[in-house]
This record gives sequence, C-alpha cells and structure tokens, in this order.
Amino acid sequence: MSKQPVAVVGVGQTKHVAARQDVSIAGLVREAAVRALADAELGWADIDAVVIGKAPDFFEGVMMPELYLAEALGAVGKPMLRVHTAGSVGGSTALVAANLVAAGVHGTVLTVAFEKQSESNAMWGLSLPIPFQQPLTAGAGGFFAPHVRAYMRRTGAPDTVGSLVAFKDRRNALKNPYAHLHEHDLTLERVQSSPMLWDPIRYSETCPSSDGACALVLTGARGAARAPRPPAWVHGGAMRSEPTIFAGKDYVSPQAGRDCAADVYRQAGVTDPRRQLDVVEMYVPFSWYEPMWLENLGFADQGEGWKLVEAGVTELDGDLPVNPSGGVLSSNPIGASGMIRFAEAALQVRGLAGEHQIDGARRALGHAYGGGAQFFSMWLVGSDRPGS
Amino acid sequence: MSSPAPSPVHSGARSGRDVAVVAFAQSSHTRRTDQLSEVELVMPVLHDVLKQTGLTANRIGFTCSGSSDYLAGRAFSFTMALDGVGAWPPISESHVEMDGAWALYEAWVKLQTGEADTALVYSYGKSSPGSVRDVLTRQLDPYTLAPLWPDSIALAALQAQALIDAGLTDERGLARTAVRSRRAATANPHAQLRGSADVEDLLRRPYEVEPLRRHDCPPISDGAAAVILAAGDAARALHANPAWIRGIDHRIEAHQPGVRDLTESPSTRLAAAAAGAFDAPLDAAELHAPFTAQEIVLRRALDLDDRVPVNPSGGPLAANPVMAAGLIRLGEAAALIHRGEAGRVLAHATSGPCLQQNLVAVLESSAGGTR
Repeated sequence: MSKQPVAVVGVGQTKHVAARQDVSIAGLVREAAVRALADAELGWADIDAVVIGKAPDFFEGVMMPELYLAEALGAVGKPMLRVHTAGSVGGSTALVAANLVAAGVHGTVLTVAFEKQSESNAMWGLSLPIPFQQPLTAGAGGFFAPHVRAYMRRTGAPDTVGSLVAFKDRRNALKNPYAHLHEHDLTLERVQSSPMLWDPIRYSETCPSSDGACALVLTGARGAARAPRPPAWVHGGAMRSEPTIFAGKDYVSPQAGRDCAADVYRQAGVTDPRRQLDVVEMYVPFSWYEPMWLENLGFADQGEGWKLVEAGVTELDGDLPVNPSGGVLSSNPIGASGMIRFAEAALQVRGLAGEHQIDGARRALGHAYGGGAQFFSMWLVGSDRPGS
Repeated sequence: MSSPAPSPVHSGARSGRDVAVVAFAQSSHTRRTDQLSEVELVMPVLHDVLKQTGLTANRIGFTCSGSSDYLAGRAFSFTMALDGVGAWPPISESHVEMDGAWALYEAWVKLQTGEADTALVYSYGKSSPGSVRDVLTRQLDPYTLAPLWPDSIALAALQAQALIDAGLTDERGLARTAVRSRRAATANPHAQLRGSADVEDLLRRPYEVEPLRRHDCPPISDGAAAVILAAGDAARALHANPAWIRGIDHRIEAHQPGVRDLTESPSTRLAAAAAGAFDAPLDAAELHAPFTAQEIVLRRALDLDDRVPVNPSGGPLAANPVMAAGLIRLGEAAALIHRGEAGRVLAHATSGPCLQQNLVAVLESSAGGTR
C-alpha cells in the first residue's frame, strides 16, 4: 500500500502573548483555524476531519477540552481526534492529521494545537507532587538543567554558548510579527547578566509562558493543485518514544531523537542533513538545547554542536539557519509550540515566512520533543512534490 | 429510528488495507486498586496481549494509548504507563487523551498508511482515587456549564427523562436493560458486577437522580485493556480467525446538551453508516452505553432490534473503567469472532456528556456475517 502525498496548504497562528484575556479558549483556537482556512482559501465545509492537540489538560483546567471545542472548530458531524504526547504534541498532532490524508481516509484535514497558559501556572503544573515524584525539581528548567550541565562537561563548551543562542533567537523574533517576545533593547550583555534561574540556565535563556494557537490545513495532491499559494510537501514524518528514566539513558542525546531523525531522513532521501537542509525549526525551550539537538539530529558530530553556534552557522544569514521565527525561546504556548515549528518549516519552503524568510529555502525540518527528553516528533517538508 | 440511514460522507473508512484485531486482553475490573500504580495496572494486560501473539514490544510497528490526566490527578500520567510497555529500544508511539477506542483508530490509520504492519493499543483508567462523577464535570464548557457542576449522573438523567417524556422507554424498560446486562456478565470473569436482582426488586429501590436508580448507572471501576492490530498476512499469521475491521468511523456532536435532541444520536448514525454497519445483518453488538437509557438511544441510532444480542459481555453496566471501556467493546466484539461465536459484530465507543462523541466499528470473521 503506497501512501498518498500530503501537502500543507494553509497555515495560521495567533499573535502569541502572555495572556489573551480578550478571548476564550474557543476564541483562541478558532482564530488560528480561521487564519489557516483563509490562507488555503477554504471554508469549514471543505474540512473532512479535525485533529487537535495540547499539553496537559491541567494547564487550562478543562478535561478533554476538544469536547467543548467541537463547535468552535466546525467539527460537528465530523471526526475529531485529540492527541497528547507531552511537549512534542504539536508535532505529533500534525503527523496524526497528515496520516489521515496519507492513508486516503480523508481528503482535507484541519489540525490545531494550542495552550492558554495564562489560565494556570505551567511551571507548577509541570512540577509533579508527591507521591508521583520526589520534590527535587521546579518546573521543566529544574528537570533539564542537569542535562545541560552534562552536555557542557561532556563537550567542554564554553559557558557563553547558551547566551549566543538566546540572543540570536530573540533577535530573530523581532522579524516575526506572531512572536510573543519582542525585546528591541536586548543585548548579549543583558542576556549574560540576566538572573540565574536553574544553573546554568539564565532567565533570558528560558522560554516564556504564552497563550497561543497554531493551525494547519493538510490535503492531498488534488487539494494542492487547487491551492491559491504554493504548498509545502511532506517528505517524511516520524515519532519516537523512550522511557522517562532508566539506567543508561543518555539525556544529552536521547536515542529516540536520533532514531526519529534517521527515520525522517530515510523517508525523505536525505543522507547529509547539514548540506541538504536549508533551514531548521527545532524545539529549543532552553538555549543550550540548540547545540544539543544539532548533534542529536545529525547536523554536527558529537561534541561539535556548540562550535556551529559559535561560528554563526545557525544565524539567520548562516548556512544552516535555526529558528528564524525566534523559536520556542520567543513564543511558548506549550501544546502549540511543536506545531509552530512544523508550521514555520512549511512557511519557509512555501516562501511565505515574511521578514524571517530564508532565501531559496527548499527543504526544512520541523522538530519537537517532550516529556523527559523522551518523546520526539519531526517532519521534513519541501517545496517540491516528493519524487518529482 | 424513522430517518433513513445516511449515505457515508467523504471517508475512506471502508476502503484500503485489511486490518484485524488479533489479540485482546483486559484486567479483572474492580472498584479500587489502591495497591497498584497505573503502570502496575497496565503491565499484566500488556504481557497478556503480547503473549497471545508471541510478539514483543520492539517487534510491534506502532504503539498508541489512551488515558486521562484528570483521572490520574497528575500531568503526563501516560509517560509513566509507557514504562509498562518497555519502550526500549525507542518505539514509534503516540497517545490520545481519549478512550482507547480512539487510540485504536489512530493505530488503524497508521496501518492504513503502510508504515506499520502491527500495532499495540492500550488504555487504562483508575476512577477510584477521586469522585469520578465530579471529575467528569471538568469536561464541560468551562465558562457556561462547568461552573454549575452538573455531574455525569445528573446529565445522564436528563437524557433518560427526555427519552421517557418522548414515550421511547420507561423506568421498567431501563431496569430490564440493567438486569439483562448484569446477568449476561455472569459469564464474563473480567466483569465487576455479575448477576442482578429482578426487575420488580430493582424498581422498589430509591432514585439516584430521578429517573435513574443505581442499577441504571455504571459501576465505578479501575481497569485496563489492550489490543493488537495487524494488517493482511501479518494478521493471518498471528491468529487463525482474525477479527477484520470492515469499517471504522467516529463523529462528534455539539457540546451543549441544550442544543441537542438527547433522544437521538446522529453522530452514532453517521459513523455507523460510514463504517458500513447497515450493509448486512449483525450477529451481535457491543455498545459503550454506561447508562441504561443510553443503550436505548444507541439501539435507535443503529437500527438494532431484539434479534441482535447487545452486550453479551455485560457491557459498561457490568464494568466501566473510564478511558478503557470503549476499547473493551472493540476487544469483546473481536473476541466473539476469535472464538467463532459470531461472524459480524458492531462495536461502539462513546466520549463526553450524553453520548456527545461516538465511534463505530464493524468487525467480521474471514467468512463474514451470520457466523
């Protein structure tokens, strides 16, 4: 059985902010969905199914909120699926939706991911109470900081590398009208002197808490032919998971991440990702994850990722731009953050990324991870139809 | 139901690759499992279902689970349950915050793409740590409905009263459904409630929420279930009598109970039409109707008359582990085919207040219906 080609013909997102007090949860997701439909020049009646994703329900205090969102997303009378794979969920949700088209089950699918973090305090939502976990960590930063420290020890990376990533991403965000943080006055010195939150992660090297949503319209070859703007074609997509904690787990470069990337590259016929990919939107909630993922995803040899950062390779004008949108460091509606990576990758190969467009981008990777660096979802999109 | 069966809307649910349920396992559902963590609840069921096929976790092409953080009382509860799978080396895996029936649907789609030939699906729910009827109020519209805390039994009672007011059933009819289900469960070693007093006795008991009495409501259960799916020759290699999924589809309705006719289930009817349920006679049906009155609604939506045995397992009135009860219907339907007791069985799962969202699958033996 051969898969049907899948194309992204609509992308929509909200302006990500600390608190969208002017809209309900339904209003937030609908805003992104309406923009994606407008991009595709389609209406609600053109959508065969809706796939929605978000991170833990406790963040908004609504159990299985897709039930209440059925009307807002035009899903009444249609199939509606709700995905939850921790921080990777935005990516996983897009992949589940893409599979519906690839399998030939549906012609055109709307997929949406969101988080309205202002409804709660995500840091404490992520700090599991006794008896589930020993009270050793506060928030995701508390969990990941030791892994960053391990990376620094393992590679001998200088202390400043994280601040370079943070400064780059926050500057890139100035070119992205949807980004949450627009810090016009930020300097590298200010990043480096910002308060230490979870040693070695400083305040300015940490993602914000955002309210936001992202939506994509996915369709097959026929839908792509009718689309008013260039589509992004899905060349490969995969998910991989491994347990949270086990003896011998490599938190710095998890095997599940390597396997997931290898699967996506195999599907897309990519043998040298550093040369063959034009741009990467990777999930970097804490600055140091950029060099860590550069190695995990095969863009750099082990221990060499930080050197690419230092050499400016991942800058907007470098030869492997990473997170031209400003990334998770500039906008983090958690459940949507993975889908925003996938969406930004699609915008790049469609040539529709606006001021943060990478000239001539033809192949882009969207990447997301979640849980204890254990859930991975990725897709590789291109401007050409696969096989053409 | 008077309306004609709708023609399937655009959906490939009945075309594509042949996929079958080749194994099913479930826990013995109980009122509480204080001594068990979720991973301890899930693990024996996973071992059971894998043993039936001789497969190991790393030989499964795709794994998908369904569960709810709100039952567990903690964020990311499914991440620990994954330890029960033994996801090492890393596996291709996903999770839905839905009943496991929808996890099965996601796995079925994955197999349709050809990216995998086998899938492990599991789900679990521990209702015992909290008050599940209050917890489920958190599913409601957070602005207009949840603040009123209408609990799951109160909403089901509204639906039951609407049926009675429409002359479609009465309290005696509901009691008969309860008696039939729980007596059928005497043959099911996994059921929590087995056997029942007779109708006259039940009708003398007090209301829980009028018009529902305790017998009209599901038990509160902790439990888990798992299924293995396989495509084509892989299915034939793993089971002598695979339960082929001839069609599967799911639909959602509006959320606000006030804008729905609670005596009807148009989403069930649409899903059933798309799954091919009306194309040939059925030998049995496993319906995810936690409340007696909901079985009446579903029977009408599915055109099921008394000739079709409904819930020979006892159904959710005999054991209702929330998040797994829908997957168990698919598993029980498949088991009837595996055992040669039926040739064509309908399985149904529901989610949300008053049957808001519904999934229908039609399973067949290789020979098809009528045993």
